[in-house]
Amino acid sequence: MVPGTSPPVRKRMEWVIETIIRVLGFSAVGFVAMIFVFLLLEGIPAFVRVPLNNLFDSLWYPSLGLYGVLPLIIGSLLVTVVAMLIAFPLGIGTAVFVREIVPGWAREILKPLIEVLAGIPSVVLGFFGMITVAPIIRENLGAPTGLTAFTGSLLLAYMSLPTIITVAEDALDAVPRSYRDAGLAMGATQWQTIWRVVVPAARSGILMAVMLGMGRAIGETMAVLMVTGNAARIPDSLSDLFMPIRTMTATIAAEMGEVARGSTHYHVLFGVGLILFILTLAITLSAASVMFRRRTRGGLR
Amino acid sequence: MVDNPKIQIRDVSYRYGQIEALSRISLDVPEHAVTVFFGPAGGGKTTLLRLINRLNDRVGNTTMSGQILIDDENIYAPGVDVPALRRRVGMVFALPLPLPGTVRENVLYGPSLAGVRSRSRLDEMLQTSLEQAALWDEVKDRLDQPASSFSGGQQQRLCIARSLSLEPEILLLDEPTSGLDPISTAKVEHSLLELKKQYTIILVPHSVQQGARVADYAAFFLMGELIESGPGADLFTQAKDKRTEDYITGRFG
Repeated sequence: MVPGTSPPVRKRMEWVIETIIRVLGFSAVGFVAMIFVFLLLEGIPAFVRVPLNNLFDSLWYPSLGLYGVLPLIIGSLLVTVVAMLIAFPLGIGTAVFVREIVPGWAREILKPLIEVLAGIPSVVLGFFGMITVAPIIRENLGAPTGLTAFTGSLLLAYMSLPTIITVAEDALDAVPRSYRDAGLAMGATQWQTIWRVVVPAARSGILMAVMLGMGRAIGETMAVLMVTGNAARIPDSLSDLFMPIRTMTATIAAEMGEVARGSTHYHVLFGVGLILFILTLAITLSAASVMFRRRTRGGLR
Repeated sequence: MVDNPKIQIRDVSYRYGQIEALSRISLDVPEHAVTVFFGPAGGGKTTLLRLINRLNDRVGNTTMSGQILIDDENIYAPGVDVPALRRRVGMVFALPLPLPGTVRENVLYGPSLAGVRSRSRLDEMLQTSLEQAALWDEVKDRLDQPASSFSGGQQQRLCIARSLSLEPEILLLDEPTSGLDPISTAKVEHSLLELKKQYTIILVPHSVQQGARVADYAAFFLMGELIESGPGADLFTQAKDKRTEDYITGRFG
């Protein structure tokens, strides 16, 4: 490669470069591992100091020594699942529209716009949620307050849309044009070709889009802290969707600044962080396994 | 030119942007026969096939002039039902393209899209199409396995069966055997000879030899122009045009 360098020198350079790349690669894994270890070290004492029947109870009153995390877990899951129910049809529909329907020049305008959505700071969306969305919900749905689980779901759906649209659109884009030709050549209309041929061919990518959007939604903090009302109670009926709830992320963000370092409350917050981390990891891993299945499946692509 | 034209191509020119892909092509394609379009790559054969079932409709920045008539009706006339036209004009592509799903789903995509619901009718279509494509014996016990688990040759015959399940009148085949081994190729060619009793077939062969083997009629394309056409037996043995003869005998292309 470099003219005039002797083979041993070149070999040593190769070794240095390879080592640098290897260290960089492993450092990413290392950081995740260290974060996990840190969470474990700080979070495990919670499970030791607080009896499990207290920890997995429905009452979260840290000042009274009641650390029931169930309302928080259920709150997070509820907000996320409802957000996905809203974002999935919107996101996939938008991806199909952008990829399959609009002419090329419009796609060139729409795609960057969608990517800009991802860049809006969540606190700005939180403002918007508090000032605009919450009053609408209070006035139109008869809820006592506009700061509800549903408000949070709406904002989270909106926040996860750019991820879902971008990834799903890439998945649709990866379906060869010949698939579309094959569908059309069978006398399918454009819609039939999209729904019966192109979308099924892209299904693993679309599933991954939803998983990634879900990962973004469950970890989101600021917007849900601002609009979900933060009442740690377990929603037990459908109408509770329009009542305040409290998520794991919002709890950590709101309370971490005020606890004494090393106190039981402090460790329980880390315990909540640990649970959140494991949930997010599970979602990411299942997305990765979908990807892996796609690569190893024979034939198609 | 031929007595019983199924497809009449009338003075068709076609451009992709500034590039002329077809230049004033006029040609009659006879019914119940295999017509071979051959010539070097880039000659416009595939483009012409795609025009016959209007598959190029959504390709941007193209211009077309002239007419294509099927059964004396202009398929580019306003108000033509394009999906219905494409059900009459099946197409098989160069690469085997099983869609996601099982053998059964693949073959029955077309009929189910067209709204056929009767279970027994679908089963009958499935068997008939697979038999016509010379594939039934190989897959009859594996109808519910994913199409992608079959060999390339089987997948290509599956694609032929998929086109046949719509019971088209015309079958367009664009180098259907380009990825196949000689045995699979022979099977496909053999089924073409059976199919032409029922269908009007246009084949872009993957070699001159294949063209000569199956052609009832043949047309030679070069750089977007139709150089000459006529009965296969004549064209492949005593071409009138020097360029055709040079290509057939392998002196260029």
